[in-house]
Amino acid sequence: MSNSSIRDTFFEECEELLEALVEGLAAMEENASDMEVVNAVFRAVHSIKGGAGAFALDRLVNFAHTFETVMDKVRSKQLAVNEELMLLFHRSGDQLADLVEAARDEREPNAESEAAILKELSAYLGDVESEEEIAFDAAPLAFDAAPLALDIGEHDPPTGTELRRFDIRFCPTPALYANGHEPLLLFDALAELGPLSVTADLSRLPEFDRFDPEDAVINWRLTLLTSEDETVLHEVFEFVDALCDLEIAVSDEPVVAVDEPPLDSRASQGLPAPTDRAALAEPKAQEDTTPPPSAKTATASAPRDEPRGPRPTLRVDLDRVDRLINTVGELIINQAMISQRIEELELPAVAHLTNELEAYKLLARDIQEGVMAIRAQPVKPLFQRMSRIVREAAEVTGKKVKLVTVGDSTEVDKTVIERLADPLTHMVRNAVDHGLERPEKRAELGKDTTGAIRLSASHRSGSVFIEIADDGAGLNRARILEKAIEKGLVSPEAELSEQEVDNLLFLPGFSTAAEVSNLSGRGVGMDVVKNAVAALGGRVSITSSPGAGTTFTIVLPLTLAVMDGFVISIADQTMVIPIASIIETIRPNPRDLHCIGTDGEVISVRGAYVPIVDVARNLGLSSERADSSGVLLLVSTEGQGLTALRVGAIHDQRQVVIKSLESNYGAIAGVSAATILGDGKIALILDPDELVKLTPAAIFLPPASPPRPELRHA
Amino acid sequence: MLDVSEAPTEAQFEFITFSAGDQSFCLEITQIREIRRWTPVTKLPHTPDDVLGVMNLRGAVIPIFDLSARFGLGETIDNERNVVIVAAAGGTTIGLLVESVSEILSVAKSAIQETPDIKSEAARQAILGVISVGESMVRVVNLDAVLDNEGGTV
Amino acid sequence: MTTKVLAIDDSRTIRNLLRVSLEGAGFEYHSACDGVEGVEQFAEVEPDVVITDINMPNMDGFGVIDNLRSGPNRTTVPIIVLTTESGPDLKARAREAGATGWIVKPFDDASLVSVLRRLTGHVV
Repeated sequence: MSNSSIRDTFFEECEELLEALVEGLAAMEENASDMEVVNAVFRAVHSIKGGAGAFALDRLVNFAHTFETVMDKVRSKQLAVNEELMLLFHRSGDQLADLVEAARDEREPNAESEAAILKELSAYLGDVESEEEIAFDAAPLAFDAAPLALDIGEHDPPTGTELRRFDIRFCPTPALYANGHEPLLLFDALAELGPLSVTADLSRLPEFDRFDPEDAVINWRLTLLTSEDETVLHEVFEFVDALCDLEIAVSDEPVVAVDEPPLDSRASQGLPAPTDRAALAEPKAQEDTTPPPSAKTATASAPRDEPRGPRPTLRVDLDRVDRLINTVGELIINQAMISQRIEELELPAVAHLTNELEAYKLLARDIQEGVMAIRAQPVKPLFQRMSRIVREAAEVTGKKVKLVTVGDSTEVDKTVIERLADPLTHMVRNAVDHGLERPEKRAELGKDTTGAIRLSASHRSGSVFIEIADDGAGLNRARILEKAIEKGLVSPEAELSEQEVDNLLFLPGFSTAAEVSNLSGRGVGMDVVKNAVAALGGRVSITSSPGAGTTFTIVLPLTLAVMDGFVISIADQTMVIPIASIIETIRPNPRDLHCIGTDGEVISVRGAYVPIVDVARNLGLSSERADSSGVLLLVSTEGQGLTALRVGAIHDQRQVVIKSLESNYGAIAGVSAATILGDGKIALILDPDELVKLTPAAIFLPPASPPRPELRHA
Repeated sequence: MLDVSEAPTEAQFEFITFSAGDQSFCLEITQIREIRRWTPVTKLPHTPDDVLGVMNLRGAVIPIFDLSARFGLGETIDNERNVVIVAAAGGTTIGLLVESVSEILSVAKSAIQETPDIKSEAARQAILGVISVGESMVRVVNLDAVLDNEGGTV
Repeated sequence: MTTKVLAIDDSRTIRNLLRVSLEGAGFEYHSACDGVEGVEQFAEVEPDVVITDINMPNMDGFGVIDNLRSGPNRTTVPIIVLTTESGPDLKARAREAGATGWIVKPFDDASLVSVLRRLTGHVV
């Protein structure tokens, strides 16, 4: 394993640790007296510090150290957690994340916020601690105590190069042996310093039958001739200090003057110097200093790396997974083709073949689901990122906000998670900025002064639901309408339902904040959010009730690769419409069809008049008004509620593999993607919401100018 | 990528020449993925006339442009010799319907001349340079300009 | 005969670093990611020396030392504590618990190998 890949794993591990940190801090918020939780937080910071030290990431080490020291005070109950400290911990966690990121990308972190937080953290440490802090700062990377404990024969010789004689009396206690020390090895270490003679004093050796193998009965007398300083000798005995009686006496007279060149200059830098001086060691290390090999050695010595992590995982290049997903997509298409071909043969009912074909189809689906699951990841890291957004937004707006997350183990496709980050950030910011009232206002209303934002994820009927709910004032519909009229987005005469008013928020260029705030006035509107979600094949909707809050719901397909659709014909083309969007299919009875004006047509469905949209006309595939034949698909669109889509016929219901149109061409209004049918031909997948908007009858949209497809530049 | 403004070197470049709208064009061979017989495509709604539709190229959905129409030379007339040149630039793969493919041309860089000063900015954008072959002139197509839909028909 | 080291640390980074240093110095390397697993591994691997972190989930370093010194394993195999703290308190505590020595993080290869050599007699 190369150094750079160790470094990479360090940063990967940091991600996990930071995640654990955020999680731990959230748990501390609930119960700061749970020592398990405090310990986990401490450990996360501590581990980051430990790893960072190995890569000489001083700033990271320094910050983590300060953070950890304050956390340690909480752990040892010297410091009680209050709201203020909790907030500081959150900010420290954010700062730590920034420092990790900066270290990873090898760029300068934001020194200002770092210094500010360090200062606040240090304020929690007493004077003694801050002194230690300074000492730590001064040489954060020196292998501080290490040379004391470790270096043997690596020190500058005392001023001269003369040998001096040390007489050592070494009387081990039983604890020395119990702690795993072996006197012979200590003697070896001494022998590296110079000629050593060892005498065992067996006077305390008991009679054989009174021998206690755990007692320490042998005392040793040693004589060492060395040019080293006495402190070096003490260092050899550092580990056994307090486990033995040790007397070191030096005879002042130089024994012999030797002509030894100064040691390698590296030694003075604390780096290892060659230690090949002849050791006149006696006794020599014995074989029995290492336990005899046991019968189990053979099996035990098989390499066993990280045999039991939290859960065994496999790191795979994402490209490989995507290639696999593509291939499985092809498999599904191939399966559809075979089914179709066999059907075309019009074989006599051969039950076996049908059963096997069905089995093939199920297998292909299983494989496909399995492969998609590889890409699925819990939304937790995404949600955790939002806690930071909430904190920052709360700070800027001076509001008190609590983030509650629900269902963060819900798994969603990796791409969805990545592409959801920006829209979600925006929505969460909006919720804090516009959704929640100021604390004074909340107090006035008798609400908890701390507002709540609830972020939840769940799987429901083949879709992923993500909700962002606040317990704020709810949408100010009068204001929204006023604004929309002002901006010419809706005619002053228009009569809009509450839902339609709410949906005005999604129109391009809409901004509700009466005064542009620091936070949301960034030129990003909800239309951007909507487009981002739509690009993932999902949709956003709003519900709001005055005084109780607003909820945004994002509904996404479970996988981005396949969906269930009806194969339909439009004009003379074959197309696909997602089954999920269809409420029911209607074969209209001419009695129920009514004309409105010259162009409008409605159908009465259980007493309600539902507008009919002719798909072929909206797509510009037919200019004629369709006759009343065909099938109507009842869909619920966010723009105009219930709508009936007129299509030629429904041929089939099947699972289709979604192929992007945008990768080689661009977006096409009313079409979300394409798929490849059993005959190898391409069929377009319709997007009912967009399709409906293309109608000139759409209520509040400016006359639809056919959008120009946009080509992606290479 | 071809850059005609660079000092000429004697390295040889290979081009595939083809005709579209009665004019002779060529594309550098490294940009061409394959040449296919014309097969009916799936039409796309709300697209300009030069966008014929999309085709299934081994599982990928690629758009097919009528090159003649794209260059404002009128729609390609149905012909048995019509082919689709599948070309790639950057991460994008597209198909170009042309009347017919002629030959492979191997020329030194110095043989590529700058596009003569013509009025139409759009046309200049679409043509990287010209190569004279015997009596005729072959236009080097700028694939990026074809991909760039901003100006619509060039 | 190769010297077997069992390293117990919850940080993957530290385990990686130890592996590289120790395998490079000719030790046979085994690892565990917490105290509980460390004690299990000890019985299985029968290492010649144990290196353990202090701060770990499930069972911390002191728990490991305690278990190995007085639990069913009851061993005098050297146990080296890996610590970021260099204060005398921790060292005294570790020694009292039964640790043989300690290494202060961040460690360099030479110091690490030197300590192991001193405590095991391992010949590089």
